[in-house]
Amino acid sequence: MSALEIRDLNKIYGNGNRALHDVSLSVPKGSFFALLGPNGAGKSTLINILADTVRPSSGSVHLLEHNLFTERAWCKRRIGVVPQEVAFDPFFTPREVLAFTAGLFGCKADYGWIDELLQRLELSAHVGKNTRQLSGGMRRRLLVAQALVHKPELVILDEPTAGVDVELRRRLWEFMRELNAAGTTILLTTHYLDEAEELCDHVAIIDQGTVVTAQPMRDLMQAVASSYLWMHYDKKLSLSDADGLALAAFKPRLNDEGVCLELGKQSDGQSTFHIAYEAAVSRFGPPLDAGVRSEDLEDVFLRLTQKDSQ
Amino acid sequence: MKLTNPRGAWTLFLREVRRFLKVKMQTIVTPALTAMLYLLIFRYAMGERQVPGLEVDYFTFLVPGLAMMAMMQNAFANTSSSMIMGKVMGMHIYLLMAPLSALEVVLAFLAAAVVRAVVVAVVFLAVLSPFVDVNLLHPGIILLYGVCASIMMGGLGLIAGMWAKDFDNIAMITNFVILPLTFLSGVFYSVKQLPEFWQQVNNANPFFYLTDGFRYGFLGIGDTDPYASIAIVLFATILTMCTCWYLWAIGWRMKE
Ligand SMILES: Nc1ncnc2c1ncn2[C@@H]1O[C@H](COP(=O)(O)OP(=O)(O)O)[C@@H](O)[C@H]1O
Ligand SMILES: [Mg+2]
Repeated sequence: MSALEIRDLNKIYGNGNRALHDVSLSVPKGSFFALLGPNGAGKSTLINILADTVRPSSGSVHLLEHNLFTERAWCKRRIGVVPQEVAFDPFFTPREVLAFTAGLFGCKADYGWIDELLQRLELSAHVGKNTRQLSGGMRRRLLVAQALVHKPELVILDEPTAGVDVELRRRLWEFMRELNAAGTTILLTTHYLDEAEELCDHVAIIDQGTVVTAQPMRDLMQAVASSYLWMHYDKKLSLSDADGLALAAFKPRLNDEGVCLELGKQSDGQSTFHIAYEAAVSRFGPPLDAGVRSEDLEDVFLRLTQKDSQ
Repeated sequence: MKLTNPRGAWTLFLREVRRFLKVKMQTIVTPALTAMLYLLIFRYAMGERQVPGLEVDYFTFLVPGLAMMAMMQNAFANTSSSMIMGKVMGMHIYLLMAPLSALEVVLAFLAAAVVRAVVVAVVFLAVLSPFVDVNLLHPGIILLYGVCASIMMGGLGLIAGMWAKDFDNIAMITNFVILPLTFLSGVFYSVKQLPEFWQQVNNANPFFYLTDGFRYGFLGIGDTDPYASIAIVLFATILTMCTCWYLWAIGWRMKE
């Protein structure tokens, strides 16, 4: 059964912005689902439609086979959303905020669960403080707690780890993994693609309001199986039109450390590697260090989303 | 239009009440202090002067109207400030995400506005009671007019809060619409004191009937017949509630 079944969802904002274009997605029950896409792809728009803070223009969504748009009350009790924008109520303490959120969702405040949430999200030391006094990262963790306080079956997180430090992020994901193992379906967007690759069993990539791909993570990673030649340099590299066709064939990507060249399918073998290596050396000189690695999610993501924007 | 989440509505109501209780300065101390100031200014400066055309001294005439004005302004402030605060802080999305029907949201907000208005009026009258006769002559009329005025003003505050994008918008409505309408609702004068033209203007101000009826409940005197106005007051109250309900149901200025 699908936790979420999204069919032909469209959203055109009042100013004419077309944020979603015939989006169809199926999120399996019990999955840990990554929704990826560059900035402005329409991820938050999709999530906000699920959260009922944005109106859809057309299309349908079913949550556990219930129509989200006509059975709102039933569905809302089963969804917990962490919004992208930090929100807080300056009048209350974290514990009050959580009890209040539980109440809004029709649940009696379960202080055992509330205290567990505060502890798991490392807010226990701040329960007595007013939310005004919390840092940005703490407020974001409080939003995560708010999304979980009514024990939803589907948890949706819109970039919950933005601005959260590495260690905390790891522990947050650990918690999400436990919830997922206990049966909760989790849908998240994040900028940390390595984390998505590690955590999620399903992935969808959207770009400019359309779904570019949606499949189990393992299938996606196996289907491509390109390999990459990376070369490290201690100087800043730049590419110009004059860099010629030799390099361009390998879709070079520059980063802080050097350059990364796409070698295509592994079956192409040694020859491709040598041609690519020579092309780079003739342009940038010998590298400090070099090696070949297989494609990761970040490569797939860039390959699928950069094509049409160039 | 159903009540499917009474606990949610009750929670929202309690939050709205707690919110104004947390700022006691505004809700309890301010009305008490203004009551003392009014007492000083009007009682001692104007003396025992009578209101022309009415058999009552000026301060006694003034007190119920002042209480009503405070109720109306506080009811408006409670809903409008909560809404705009929610929008500015981003918390309003929880009202949209929660399984609350439009009716539940509106009832919770309006009930809290009424509670605040009543608290303010009680504090205000209690502070003045040693200095002036506070007679609950027609308690039914007092309650009806007080509650209806609070619902109407709470409803207007809710609509203003939904409309507004920032605190400035709310300040603008408070200063240019709510303040003049409440000040000119016959709190400080009897219409009979006004020139003909201004009497007409005054009669077109809906809050005039509320203030006048409320005062009748205490003093048994007024410019209008409060019993004749009951139907229209109830109608206006229900109309305000329906408007709030409809606007919330369609997500007016709340959902893109
Ligand atoms: N309130 C809005 N009004 C008009 N356009 C919007 C609004 N919110 C987002 N957009 C536009 O919709 C597109 C998708 O935005 P968004 O859903 O926030 O993307 P993402 O979360 O993937 O970064 C963008 O082009 C953005 O500019
Ligand atoms: Mg976003």
